[in-house]
Amino acid sequence: MLEVMQQLRGFLTLLLFQFAGVLLKAGTHSQLPGPVIGMALLALWLYFRRRHSHEDVERVANGLLRVLGLLFVPAGVGIMVNLDLLRSSWLPLTVGLAGSTLIALSATAWVMSSLQGRRSKQGAL
Amino acid sequence: MTTAFNLLQQLCSGTPVFPLALTIGTYLLGAAIQRRTRWPLANPVLISILLIAVTLRALHIPYATYFGGAQLLHFLLGPATVALAIPLVSAMEHIRRALWPMLLALLAGSVTSMVSGYALVRLCGGSQVLALSMLPKSLTTPIALDIAQNIGAIPSLVAVLAILAGILVAVSINDVVHWIQVKDPSAIGLAAGTAGSGVGASHVLDQHPLSAAFAAVAIGLNGLITACLAPFFAAWLKHW
Repeated sequence: MLEVMQQLRGFLTLLLFQFAGVLLKAGTHSQLPGPVIGMALLALWLYFRRRHSHEDVERVANGLLRVLGLLFVPAGVGIMVNLDLLRSSWLPLTVGLAGSTLIALSATAWVMSSLQGRRSKQGAL
Repeated sequence: MTTAFNLLQQLCSGTPVFPLALTIGTYLLGAAIQRRTRWPLANPVLISILLIAVTLRALHIPYATYFGGAQLLHFLLGPATVALAIPLVSAMEHIRRALWPMLLALLAGSVTSMVSGYALVRLCGGSQVLALSMLPKSLTTPIALDIAQNIGAIPSLVAVLAILAGILVAVSINDVVHWIQVKDPSAIGLAAGTAGSGVGASHVLDQHPLSAAFAAVAIGLNGLITACLAPFFAAWLKHW
């Protein structure tokens, strides 16, 4: 029973931060999605209170993230409405998806590794 | 026969029971198939989407009816996005040690992903809506869906593209980092999380602890960076 209460408290924390994000978005006319602002707020909150235990929210969060895949199935099924679009535009979609994914992958890895490499060399001198 | 069929249809659209059971059931089936085959394309999300679409077609249930019932799961994407703060904060020590290289690398990944995705679709004759759907596709799906609505892309297409991008990263990352001669595990993790979000990162999680930490950071921070940049890029690219 205690554990259920703990999980509810954790879930409530996530909901409150999401709500804070939505409020902040409305108040500032931000282009950022409310839950993304909520994520940033929760990260700051956890970081500045890192000496405290956050076990309740951590457990619920990790549970949710483990089934994240399941949560985007309902939106993904919507693709059945756009089947004609897929059929008529498979070429640009395939080229765009494969090309941009491989380019972004290489760019990130290359920039990170060359900047890190330079820094560790400077550190060695 | 037709009355039995009609009854089934009515039962399916009256309550969220059928959509929820169908979604969770096909997802578990997909997860079992993935465990058996260990084949990256056997992604539980992809299998589940496919099976549900086939079932809905066969029973003549419109997507809107299904979504009405499955909304309970869809709603949880909001709290799940907020939950991404947890892996972000637990990797904070790594973030502080490599802050600038990491931010610049994330920026490079975010911008190249958006610009090349948009440009390649347009060059191959795709419409503007399709090209816009490329902007959020490397993000974790809950954030990608939010941005899709913001910039006028097609959310369901973005959801599927995001999963496919993750699968592509998972199957190609070892070869790609070999070609560009990157051996730094933090760079590999960061790249996997930036280009392929959760599905892509899952492949590097057990390779090196640094890869796992930076992949987690990349999922959250790239979501934040791209969420900030995408509306401006969308407005700017529309003039092309």
